[in-house]
Amino acid sequence: MPSSMTTRPRPLSPNVQIYRPQLTSVLSILNRITGILLSACAVVLVVWLVAAAWGPQSYVPVQAAIASWIGRIFLFGATFAYFLHLCGGIRHLVWDTVHGFDLRWIYISGWAVVAASAVLTVAAWVASASMGG
Amino acid sequence: MDPQNMQNMRSPLARAIGLGSAKEGVGVWWAERVSAVALVPLTLWFAASIIAHTGSDYATFIVWLRTPFAAILMSLLLIALFYHAALGLQVVIEDYVHSATRFAAVIAVRLGCCALAGAGVVAILRIALGG
Repeated sequence: MPSSMTTRPRPLSPNVQIYRPQLTSVLSILNRITGILLSACAVVLVVWLVAAAWGPQSYVPVQAAIASWIGRIFLFGATFAYFLHLCGGIRHLVWDTVHGFDLRWIYISGWAVVAASAVLTVAAWVASASMGG
Repeated sequence: MDPQNMQNMRSPLARAIGLGSAKEGVGVWWAERVSAVALVPLTLWFAASIIAHTGSDYATFIVWLRTPFAAILMSLLLIALFYHAALGLQVVIEDYVHSATRFAAVIAVRLGCCALAGAGVVAILRIALGG
């Protein structure tokens, strides 16, 4: 066998870039992406707590950055990422009990995750605004 | 990880017996689920608490965090959160990083998560128990 046969690059699978995005695949990768984003948010949470432990002189600027318009846009995205990961995670926990694997239920639960995440995000911000934010 | 590195990380005896996996995968799988279940009520409580404190000043926030209930739940939240994050991020690294940096990345994620959870819990204890 010629050596060129063994060194030729083999086709790799799956070729993600040629697939049409579907609800199932999009939610699957979003669960990962939101997990990574929420890990970054967890770092912000610790910074915020350490600043609070340090005293008002360090807490006030951190709180001001979070409450700024840019901070609020990030916080809104973080809220949606949280609810998407929460609802997607609950969907995964149901799957772990070997339930909901019919194609029909995969799509019903998928759209339920999207709808619940959107509703909960808006509800959280409406509730926050009603508290005087 | 390429097969070469995988062989290097196994002892000669393990390689000779050739039993395959380390048989610790089930424990990691369970740990991710258990921490996920714990995080459902903990994060919902945290979100509700933050919403309830919208617009609160430093003093109000500290008074809340000094209550034993809030201090305990916040500490549990940080531990479960960074435990879950470490497990999740490790899976992501193992799926996408195939070079020699993978081992270093996993160690960095684990150490980082331990350090952040520790720093957060100490901060809460400082607020809850400090004068």
